[in-house]
Amino acid sequence: MTSREKSWKEISPAGVCWKPSTQFLTGDWKTYKPVRDPAKCTRCLLCVLFCPDGAIHWKPEKADIEFDYDFCKGCGICANECPSDAIQMKLE
Amino acid sequence: MQTEWKFTAKDIAEKPDLFLSGHRACAGCAPATVLRLIMKAVRGPTIVTNATGCMEVASSIYPYTSWATPWIHTAFETAAANASGIEIALKILKKKGRIKQEQIDVIALAGDGGTYDIGIQALSGAVERGHDFLFVLYDNEAYMNTGIQRSGGTPFGASTTTSQAGTAVPGKLEQKKPIADIMVAHDMPYVATASPNYWQDFIKKVRKGIEVNGPAFLHVFAPCPRGWRSDPAKSIELSRLAVETCVFPLWEAVDGEYQLSIPSRVFALAPQKKKPVKEYLEMQGRFRHLFTPKYEKILDEIQQITDAKWNKLLKKCGMTQPAKAT
Amino acid sequence: MKSVTKQEVLALNGDEAVAYAVKQSDVDVVAAYPITPQTIIVEKFSEYVSNGEVETAFVCTESEHSALAACLAASATGARAFTASASAGLALMHEMLFVTSGCRAPVIMAIANRAYSAPLNIHGDHSDTMAQRDSGWVQIYVENAQEAYDSVIQAFKIGENSEVLLPVIVGLDGFTLSHTLENVQTLPDEVVKKFVGTRQFTMVKTHEDKTAPFRLDPENPMTMGPIALQNYYFEFKRQQDEAMRNALKIIQQVNEEYARITDRSYGDGLLEQYRLKDAEIAIVCLGSTSGTVKSVVDELRNEGVKAGLLRIRTFRPLPVEEIMRALGELKAVAVMDRCMSFGGNGGPVFHEVRHVLYDSSAHPYVVNYIYGLGGRDISPTQIRRIYEDLRKILKAKRVEEPIKYVGLRE
Repeated sequence: MTSREKSWKEISPAGVCWKPSTQFLTGDWKTYKPVRDPAKCTRCLLCVLFCPDGAIHWKPEKADIEFDYDFCKGCGICANECPSDAIQMKLE
Repeated sequence: MQTEWKFTAKDIAEKPDLFLSGHRACAGCAPATVLRLIMKAVRGPTIVTNATGCMEVASSIYPYTSWATPWIHTAFETAAANASGIEIALKILKKKGRIKQEQIDVIALAGDGGTYDIGIQALSGAVERGHDFLFVLYDNEAYMNTGIQRSGGTPFGASTTTSQAGTAVPGKLEQKKPIADIMVAHDMPYVATASPNYWQDFIKKVRKGIEVNGPAFLHVFAPCPRGWRSDPAKSIELSRLAVETCVFPLWEAVDGEYQLSIPSRVFALAPQKKKPVKEYLEMQGRFRHLFTPKYEKILDEIQQITDAKWNKLLKKCGMTQPAKAT
Repeated sequence: MKSVTKQEVLALNGDEAVAYAVKQSDVDVVAAYPITPQTIIVEKFSEYVSNGEVETAFVCTESEHSALAACLAASATGARAFTASASAGLALMHEMLFVTSGCRAPVIMAIANRAYSAPLNIHGDHSDTMAQRDSGWVQIYVENAQEAYDSVIQAFKIGENSEVLLPVIVGLDGFTLSHTLENVQTLPDEVVKKFVGTRQFTMVKTHEDKTAPFRLDPENPMTMGPIALQNYYFEFKRQQDEAMRNALKIIQQVNEEYARITDRSYGDGLLEQYRLKDAEIAIVCLGSTSGTVKSVVDELRNEGVKAGLLRIRTFRPLPVEEIMRALGELKAVAVMDRCMSFGGNGGPVFHEVRHVLYDSSAHPYVVNYIYGLGGRDISPTQIRRIYEDLRKILKAKRVEEPIKYVGLRE
């Protein structure tokens, strides 16, 4: 998963973190994954706001929502909150 | 007190996340949602300090970090003390011409441990001294990071590992400490409660807390599916039910003047819409024992306590419950 | 070229001398909580602030724990931070001491050494700082108010050095030094300001793949104080240890630099050797008692006794080689401890010096004298008796009692 760990001489002093967590993919945590029916979706963006992992993105250039399965943990909040029942949790 | 900032869901959705994906919070963690939304509410350069707890640990496992802002963690009880140090350092360094930014906001984040209990001294002191910072309590109602032990914020009747529901004792016997009211009693400029389900109200309050000159305190309701033994998919729903049952009413106190927030106002004006507390409790495993014959009387007690607190709050807000229709 | 600055003599007690040094050192933040016998430091500083004599943010925190947390966070934000405490206050900070050194924040702290409770005692002994000797802070013990003034100024330069980046404690004996008036030679404001300079920041690698100055700055976001699991924690601790080793030479350098402008130096900055060169017997001592020992040494030398004194100024980092060089060839050494380590077979300084001398080929006798606890005074006569004990040991070629108490009613 990670490359060889660094020695005490190689790391900056005082433990300043040097990798953004976006390099740590949590997508493999999920058992169920959210699947969206774009026909039912009203683009209310509630799922984008409520996702604890920021794994649902609003793409203004596409005027649409995209799921980032690299980070989705399959909690099901998006499916539960969707006012138009557009999201179903399906077994991975 | 109003903020001039107007925003839509799209505006919020388009703002880049300053609390990055890839943190190690549990699936369905409402505090994680809370933190994401807080960071969407920042208005400019911001420094964040975090007390030890779930969100701190989940977001800063060396060498990874989920913070796109400058961020420091020191200890469990020190969120407000850190914020004090950062705030005065910024002031004096600006005076000495060593900081180029016009304004840097300071936000202190802590869970219920770092706020109600071990952190209350530093919080009270920082507020008394009038430092200009926002303190946000993400309340998951127990010491979750160390394994779900009871805190001053754990509600009456909840089962935690140190207030277990057993054959002799029905969970926690003490009431939830009214932390937000305690902060109002500090005569501080801004105190508010919020719930992630009501995201507009929440984000607006964060922004107000940042904008106010002086200390601000925000108490945010943040369900923990792991500790509450609830369905991870229902964390936001629980934060809605808590408001609908008036277990966690939403209000603001600007210079000590209480005002009920819009999401809670409907239940003051139309009390028949208020949902029974039972509906909220039955979704959580930590209250499961209350649905057994031995302890079911406690459900009534909880309903009465909730109603009493709600009525007290209404009085403070200058709204009384309309008399029951005859 | 030595350019000794013209200095002004002021009548200051130890606490006032510390406050004055802080005033001159361009400190940005002072966050402190009062505790006897440090109170004069914070009160004096409050006076400076109220009269607009300093450009420092002064915060009266609600406890010592918060004081250090605030100083740490302020330091992380880029401020030069100072605090002061003693006894129970220092004990309350205990957790934060480790966090501060772990975060490599060069916070400077004056400790008016005072006994721990229980029973409550407000007077001087070394138990407070000795109990924190593992916390990763540099520890300097001063002999008089003059040295308190000088050492606080030097401390900023030591702690902020990029090879060190450690917090520093300057310890001065409670009441004996903190409250006793002395003539202190003080430097002009500009000279001190120039000596301490403005704080420099070491460069670190951030998660945005940038190399940026080590401070909380929205321009270069960085995460400080993360959780490091089993795979990395050890490496950070090794870094701290390396910093301590570097401190040995930096303390000496700063001592030398300071001597060039003041004509005052304290041994090599680590140890002060008093008539130790050809000594056969010696006392090892810290703090103000060293002054009394020096006068006893002079008496004994006049009588032809080859007595000397080793004053340990820098206790952390422990100057191992220097102690060995100073004492290794002696015949008998009495280590004085103004602190007990219960159940530890003697006091902390005794432990440390004895372990260094274990490797000496001459293998001198090393014995321990616990004294002065809770502010109990020690007289020149009592000190003389210690030297007599050492001579008895040499005569009998054995040690009857390796650990003795001076001035205790048995």
